[in-house]
Amino acid sequence: MESSSNRVEPVGKKELSQLVSGFERKLERELPLSIGPDLTEIAVKREGLVSARCNKESILKLARLLRDKYGFEHLSLISAVDWRDRFELVYHVRSYANYCMMEIKVPVPKDDLEVYSVTSIWKGANWHEREAYDMMGIVFKGHPDLRRILLPEDVKYFPLRKDFQLTEED
Amino acid sequence: MDLWGISYAISDILMHIVYWIFSGLLGLLPDPLGGFFDGIGLWFVSPGVIAFITMLLEALIVIIVALLNVIILIWVERKVLARIMDSRGPFYVGPLGFFQNIADGAKLFVKQIIIPKKADKFGYQIAPIIFVGSSLLILAAIPLSADFAVKDATGATIPGGILFAFAVFAIAPFSILVAGWSENNKYTLIGGMRSAAQMMSYEIPMLLTVASVFLLVGSFSFGDVVNAQQNIWFGIPLFLGLILFIACMIAEVERIPFDLPEAEAELVEGWTTEYCGMRFGFFMFTEYLRGYAGCGIATALFLGGWIGPDFLPGEIWFLIKAYIVFVVFVFIRGALPRIRTDQILDLGWKRLLPLAVLNLLIAATFKILGWF
Amino acid sequence: MAEMWINMGPQHPMTHGLWNLRIKVDGEVITDAMPEIGYLHRGMEKIFENKTYVQIGPLTDRLCYGSSFTWNHLYCMTVEKLMGLEIPERAKWIRVMAIELQRIASHLMWLAAYAADLGLLTGFVWAMRDREIFLDLLQALSGSRLTYNYARIGGVAADLPPDFERDCLRAVDYFERKLKEHENLYNGSKIFKMRTVGIGILKREEAINLGVTGPTLRGSNAKIDIRKDQPYEVYDEIDFEVACHTDCDCWARYIVRMTEMKESCKIIRQTLQKMPKGPVRVKTPMLAPSGDAIGVVEDPRGEGMMYLIGDGTDRPYRLKVRSPLFVTLSAAKPMLLGYKVADVVAIMGSIDVCMGETDR
Repeated sequence: MESSSNRVEPVGKKELSQLVSGFERKLERELPLSIGPDLTEIAVKREGLVSARCNKESILKLARLLRDKYGFEHLSLISAVDWRDRFELVYHVRSYANYCMMEIKVPVPKDDLEVYSVTSIWKGANWHEREAYDMMGIVFKGHPDLRRILLPEDVKYFPLRKDFQLTEED
Repeated sequence: MDLWGISYAISDILMHIVYWIFSGLLGLLPDPLGGFFDGIGLWFVSPGVIAFITMLLEALIVIIVALLNVIILIWVERKVLARIMDSRGPFYVGPLGFFQNIADGAKLFVKQIIIPKKADKFGYQIAPIIFVGSSLLILAAIPLSADFAVKDATGATIPGGILFAFAVFAIAPFSILVAGWSENNKYTLIGGMRSAAQMMSYEIPMLLTVASVFLLVGSFSFGDVVNAQQNIWFGIPLFLGLILFIACMIAEVERIPFDLPEAEAELVEGWTTEYCGMRFGFFMFTEYLRGYAGCGIATALFLGGWIGPDFLPGEIWFLIKAYIVFVVFVFIRGALPRIRTDQILDLGWKRLLPLAVLNLLIAATFKILGWF
Repeated sequence: MAEMWINMGPQHPMTHGLWNLRIKVDGEVITDAMPEIGYLHRGMEKIFENKTYVQIGPLTDRLCYGSSFTWNHLYCMTVEKLMGLEIPERAKWIRVMAIELQRIASHLMWLAAYAADLGLLTGFVWAMRDREIFLDLLQALSGSRLTYNYARIGGVAADLPPDFERDCLRAVDYFERKLKEHENLYNGSKIFKMRTVGIGILKREEAINLGVTGPTLRGSNAKIDIRKDQPYEVYDEIDFEVACHTDCDCWARYIVRMTEMKESCKIIRQTLQKMPKGPVRVKTPMLAPSGDAIGVVEDPRGEGMMYLIGDGTDRPYRLKVRSPLFVTLSAAKPMLLGYKVADVVAIMGSIDVCMGETDR
């Protein structure tokens, strides 16, 4: 995005909200139309933060749309959460030019642990997805190199799951 | 201080003691045993044997003086480098920390010797010997003054002393290659090859610079070169040559900025990685020995050698000038980062070589003009 | 020589911290690179789920021990967002001042390590000498030199000690003078430029797509800084410039970090002038509400982030840490391809590796 190299410097919190609230409202309106029923619960939490929930079938389509049409060029974080009845992946993506961050929650049922990988869209997702696989066991389809990253290769368990208890000493 | 004279005197006394033991004591035994020992004793005092022992003693004194100088040099380096880095250097062991080097040497002596299992035993053990031996041999050619030089019975020094010194200087890359290869380690092999490449490519500008001095003097003997500098030191008209020689000498001795072969940050210790204990100490020590030899040659060729006012003997002037050159080395070490190997070779072949040729032309001009 | 894989690490003097860099080498040229991490993995995220909010505070210091106050502060800020706490003004100004002091200390440690890697031992000793001053200031604030636990949920642990403003101003004045000496040592050195200019190029679009942030991104011609884009604490009331450089190589990253140190001095001066009087801490509830919160800061190494899910008890349900170096290390391969083995040190040093936050 060329505009991000000579954009206006923010000068205060009030003016910031006046600058970009239009963009978040635009997202709130347009994204459900583009993605359809898979995208639910889209809401503007505060200035600069839009959150949404998306089914795992449409995550690749949503990612491509966000990057190409709305300028979300930076993937900050992919977290994996274990809610005891399902897993959940939380994507945080950021648009530098529009001062906006989007939080996408993708539920992953425990009996079908495969999700599309967004590495083809944001290359920075590579190691985040490897860590989600390493810690929770979520498998990413289309990932170029899905191996364990923090634990040794031959470990059989996934530590951050809630049914993995620490030992008595802890 | 006349090296031959002192050695002769000591050797004379020693041989006369031996003569007294054999002829005086054992000669008192009854004949024919007594006469036999008497004959042996007489052989010990013959001029040939005394001359031989004198030459051995000369070598010993030269080596002792050199080793003392090297210890002082290492101390000077540590103190000056520390001051550049805003710290103090060793100050605890001995006055002003002078005996720190001896303490470090003693520590290296007591370390466990570990030889890698797959290392080539012969190469591993002979490489330090060649390295240290050839570096000590350089000192045979460098006189500290007109009298303090290694001579034979007729009073002649090594003919072609400068050539001999450089020839022996150049044996070292061979031993480094052997060391790097015989340790059976990928990193040391790379380090050894880099080191040999660097040393060989910096020999050429160095020898061209020496050739420019030879052009002005016409003789390869150290004594003649220094005597030709009675009026003016060669470093002043041949200033470019002096700078080139110092730069090439830093590359030969593998100090920063040219010490990528033993860069800690990448190759652990380069080609000396697998050596332990005093063998490693030998390598480190010999680097300083070669530095001392290099400074000595630079002094003799460009800075007037042992020429100086009379209130100090010639040897002291030589040492003072050599130490000043070495302090320049230390300043350069403190101020500059390391150069990458391909940049080092680039520098040697593309920049220093043309400058050395230019220096040769300048010397030729001076010769034609008849100023020397 | 045929192509071979070389392991640089995990025990290696160059790799600051414990990680392995496997590079495929064809002669001297690098054709492939694969960083391998996980040697320092302590399972922090699992530990966080089993400790109370107050107990986690000292643990977050150990996330990146090179710049530990930043992580401490990030954690407290995230928890305050979750709990909906408003902290006193004076606490915010003190936090900003401590962040900038920590930033200078962290960048000086980077400078020392970088100089030592490149063979300039004088630079190493000088940078460490100047870092001592800032460590002394932080010790006066918090009681320890490396892991502070100074930011608490609800403010900071204690007010400034007596005479702190005077000492801090003297330190900053002294450091600005000394920074010129440092610059003379590096900028004027042709050999330093030979080792860093044109080495390790990472273009802007690729850097943003790979998720790289911090001085590495700003050295690639992108003026992106969380302190300006999404100001937190009182950064929107402070006047400072964002350091940015157009060449995308190691030299650019070096210049960016030096400029950031100068800007930090400016920021510290402004905080000391503008700090209001008042309390420095509010009482915090024991239990956190259900919900989630994110906190984003500008760590000396990039964009640090924490995602916290609370569930109504006094322990977090999930606390995920985004470490900037985790992503920058994954971007090591494009930066290394085509350069020589001797450049690995320069390139990896310029991204300022600290394994505590990468492996958690």
